[in-house]
Amino acid sequence: MQLPSIPLAHLDDLWFQVSGTVCNLACTHCFISCSPHNHSFGFLDFETVRTALEESVALGVKEYYFTGGEPFLHPRMTEILELTLRYGPATVLTNGTVFKDQWLQRLRVAADASNYSLEFRVSMDGYTPEANDALRGHGTFERILRGVGQLLHHGFLPILTVTPANDEDDPQLFERFVRLLRENGYERPRIKILPTLRIGAEAKRGRGYDEHERVTVEMMEGYDQARLVCNHSRVVTDRGIYVCPILLEAPDARLGDTLKEALAPFALAHQACHTCYQYGALCANASSRHRDA
Amino acid sequence: MPPADTATLDYRRIAVFGGVYSNYLALAAALEDARRRGAEECFCLGDMGAFGPHPDRVFGLLRDCGVRCIQGNYDNSIARGLDDCQCGYTDPRDNYFARLSYQYTFAHTHPDNRAWLGTLPTELRLLLGKYRLLLCHGSPRQMNEFLWESTSSSAFLDYLMRAYDTDVILATHTGIKWRRDLEGGKHFINVGVLGRPENDGRTNVWYALLTLARSASEGLEVEFIPVAYDHEQLAAQMRAERLPDEFVATVLTGWWTTCLEVLPYKERCRGRF
Ligand code: SF4
Ligand code: SF4
Ligand SMILES: [Fe+2]
Repeated sequence: MQLPSIPLAHLDDLWFQVSGTVCNLACTHCFISCSPHNHSFGFLDFETVRTALEESVALGVKEYYFTGGEPFLHPRMTEILELTLRYGPATVLTNGTVFKDQWLQRLRVAADASNYSLEFRVSMDGYTPEANDALRGHGTFERILRGVGQLLHHGFLPILTVTPANDEDDPQLFERFVRLLRENGYERPRIKILPTLRIGAEAKRGRGYDEHERVTVEMMEGYDQARLVCNHSRVVTDRGIYVCPILLEAPDARLGDTLKEALAPFALAHQACHTCYQYGALCANASSRHRDA
Repeated sequence: MPPADTATLDYRRIAVFGGVYSNYLALAAALEDARRRGAEECFCLGDMGAFGPHPDRVFGLLRDCGVRCIQGNYDNSIARGLDDCQCGYTDPRDNYFARLSYQYTFAHTHPDNRAWLGTLPTELRLLLGKYRLLLCHGSPRQMNEFLWESTSSSAFLDYLMRAYDTDVILATHTGIKWRRDLEGGKHFINVGVLGRPENDGRTNVWYALLTLARSASEGLEVEFIPVAYDHEQLAAQMRAERLPDEFVATVLTGWWTTCLEVLPYKERCRGRF
């Protein structure tokens, strides 16, 4: 079967798999099965980050994103964000459970000194301890709220990122999270709801993909490719450059050793691509969503 | 060599307006102000309707004063009869208000004006002195792209200058003015909007004035001009038209109350909500 091939229109978003697949949590729905023991991808060297930032200037990168695993397990995460804010806007995707006030204090200073935004996206996947902890682990609901409180205390406005693997069909979900955050002292809650990617640990926890859930060439007709992350992003990992932060476990998702080698089109052979196709704009912030004109 | 469709302006000073959002009182005040300051031609970067009352009152002003207009996402939606404004909010509250104002604006825009919006170009290229200008709505590559100051790296803006072969890009769409001077004497300018204040607790709105310096270098001077207008009258008319109190509050206080979802961290921090 012929596969739809997605060109890189422009490298808008450069991602860093900064802590690899290493995480202090082991969520049952994690689409890349991160855990304290998953070392398939390791921490990025500070120098690798610096080199990629330098390389990104000539490529005209607009924004930088940091993910893992848990980025704040990286011993030099604060320094990495400080450096990045000299190049452009930075967003870090965190589980919110390991912040040290001292790091946030330094980041406060760096954020104020920069023209660019520093965004924190904090994951929480249920609006009650029961719903959240079933996915993220016992006691995490309280720990995440504490992390959100720390960020607020240091003057940040975290975006709560919700993958409601168990309550996807609840039409009140957004409002429930608004209420939860308000009750916890967050006056102007920011929330992003994401669909579940049925790969990695999630494939074992929930249902995997059905055989027909694939993106075909016909489906791409009249479809705005800008909705797909791979149309405007690449990911730096300690094992080379990958097409998107979703497909790390797929061998064909590794595109090269350097950014320059990784700018070629990508064939959508994977079932996770079906979720991207359906929902679009999966990974970017609302302020820079890529959408239909 | 500028692209073939580039028109040379024999001007030294032009005014560039952003979204009008049906605020015909602010548009009239800005036109008057620009004339007084000696602007030789006025441009408007689109989004004529939305938010304010009586959308049809904007068109006569634009045409009578010979304002050269380009099409914004709102104009594109209204002209094509789409069912929303293409701002793409996901927050249900933002969406609710965006829908209300879109439906009001669509219903109160005369079919002739809708058709006129459909005829507007999506970009203009001009030559001002030695500067090649590119006027667009959101970004040169996408009409509804938000280019915020705090989320647009200079490397990316440099790339836009290269890719679109220009020296100055003028855009609007976000609702908040900003500019960045880039290497090689290039400039990115978000001209702000006339439609609503910019979330800073002041009731005035803004436009941009571009002037070729008289010095031998003929450098480009970019000024943001605050425009005061009768915002209380606008608020009264919005109430009479039963537009949401949340919108009226923005006009009266200068703080945004809706469509906050798309603001990045820095811009959001500066506001009250
Ligand atoms: S979902 Fe996030 S927090 Fe949970 S294990 Fe995966 S990387 Fe860690
Ligand atoms: S998972 Fe999504 S971003 Fe990654 S290659 Fe498939 S469609 Fe593109
Ligand atoms: Fe717009």
